[in-house]
Amino acid sequence: MAGSGSTTIEVAGLEKRYGDREVLRGVSFSVRQGEIFGVLGPNGAGKTTTVEIIEGLRGQDQGTVRVLGLDPWADRQALTAQLGVQLQESELPARMTVDEALALQAAFYDAPVDTAALRDELGLTEVRRTRFGKLSGGQRQRLSLALALVGDPRVAVLDELTTGVDPHGRRDVWDLVERVRDRGVTILLVTHLLEEAERLCDRVAVLDAGRIVALDTPAGLVRAAKGASTIRFRPSVPIDDSLLTAIPEVASVTHAGPTVRVTGTGELVHAVVAVLARHQVVAQDLRIEQATLDDAYLSLTSSPAPEPRGAGESAGESAPQTKASAKGSTAGRATRRS
Amino acid sequence: MSRKMLGALVRSEARLALRDPGTTLFAVGLPVVLVVILGCVPSFREHSADLGGARVIDLYLPITIVMVVALLGLSLAPGALARYREKGVLKRLATTPASPALLLAAQGAVIAGLAVLVAALLHVVGAAAFHVPTPEQPVGYVLALLLTIATLIALGLFIAAVAPSAGVANGIGVGAFYPLMFFAGLWVPREAMPDALVHIGDATPLGAAVGGLQDSMSGSWPSLSHVGVMVAYIVLCSLGAARWFRWT
Repeated sequence: MAGSGSTTIEVAGLEKRYGDREVLRGVSFSVRQGEIFGVLGPNGAGKTTTVEIIEGLRGQDQGTVRVLGLDPWADRQALTAQLGVQLQESELPARMTVDEALALQAAFYDAPVDTAALRDELGLTEVRRTRFGKLSGGQRQRLSLALALVGDPRVAVLDELTTGVDPHGRRDVWDLVERVRDRGVTILLVTHLLEEAERLCDRVAVLDAGRIVALDTPAGLVRAAKGASTIRFRPSVPIDDSLLTAIPEVASVTHAGPTVRVTGTGELVHAVVAVLARHQVVAQDLRIEQATLDDAYLSLTSSPAPEPRGAGESAGESAPQTKASAKGSTAGRATRRS
Repeated sequence: MSRKMLGALVRSEARLALRDPGTTLFAVGLPVVLVVILGCVPSFREHSADLGGARVIDLYLPITIVMVVALLGLSLAPGALARYREKGVLKRLATTPASPALLLAAQGAVIAGLAVLVAALLHVVGAAAFHVPTPEQPVGYVLALLLTIATLIALGLFIAAVAPSAGVANGIGVGAFYPLMFFAGLWVPREAMPDALVHIGDATPLGAAVGGLQDSMSGSWPSLSHVGVMVAYIVLCSLGAARWFRWT
């Protein structure tokens, strides 16, 4: 698990601009060996630029990057042998079959993994003789993950791991990524799926407008977001609102027919249930809506504004949208029956 | 290690090229059919005073071979490379120990191999069916053929380097094919062209290529000017391609 190993990826003070557009403005983080590290953020936040610099596909304007102690730009040749990369939107020649693609990729490495076993694990065996042009989106995505892992890498960078993969296949892919990590492989995961980040990542960096706005465990991010929780219940006997509003944790009480809806912070459920119990009221059909990573994410990032094109536009202008985006957060709340 | 990678890439590219019906049809089928049709015209098998005593079929064999190399190098390769760039194939290779440059080398090797095979096939068909003589200066002939192949690969790379998209690369390749093939004598053999056109043709890559091949067919070495013109195109186009080729 995280915390035990040495540092595998070290990024410090990364800056990058394309013409007038500042894409990265001082990005720093480090990833430990065997960790699954997530990079989250809206479109145009600089996620792909960051990983492309780590992969050695681009050079940075400022800052340093070390992957396995190597400079990806200068020591690309040495690094590629130990690095597995799944690129966002990378295709293969349409007439190449799954088996041919795996065999070709295996020829690039000194000690590749058993491609047949990898093919099995990713559910690609039934399409082994199918040409790339005839594969479904999910199959292409799984093949692209397989190609990233063929060389038995020590570090894997996976950009949009499960885009286009159906929910069932998604779980298989996640299981595989966890098994790969269990072998000690360090994984850098770019995603916009919060469920994916919550399930897989030990730590997550949230990138917005070229800066890291938060870096924590998924649970830590949720806690830090201090999202108000909401509970709903049907009291066994009618109660006076003042019973509830007197509780310090409670922020508001509203009614919808026989159902009472209480919002608040902190240990809201315990406080409310304790007060009800003291008055011999049973909270029937109690439902708790807790803040999720979605809420944390939405409160941290500006809404995905169209990429600024003209000069002089800066991320500062989109800052007011941060508050506005909180409106959408209720949609992302997980509802649990208690 | 890199030899193993190159070998794997060459095998893979060869397989893909043969799976492409465009390649097999245009680069192998079409030229054989063309030679057979020309050979079946009785007058084309007669020695013609207008062509300096040569037979049309004899002149058209090297022209057809140059056409095959031009089809491969100008119209198939640049489009394929530009498509590889658009689809992220080159970028993905850049993240592996195999570099995109190795893929270019593999494509060049496949084109060269295919061109040599088709040239040999055409000579076999021409000799067996229509008594087209074998080159009297075989070493010079092979040299001229290899230079022709290298010239067209360099031209194709240059086109792939400067074209912003696969569509444009195809367009430039096909657009260049017709005028270049004109000077190679596809429509009017060089022997029947006015002197001025022949001289202009000598300075074009395919005119020089056909000139070099035909000289070797009749027993002399390819002339220094033809060799020089091809080498100049190889050097200029390679430098341009190296300067402007983008992997992504």
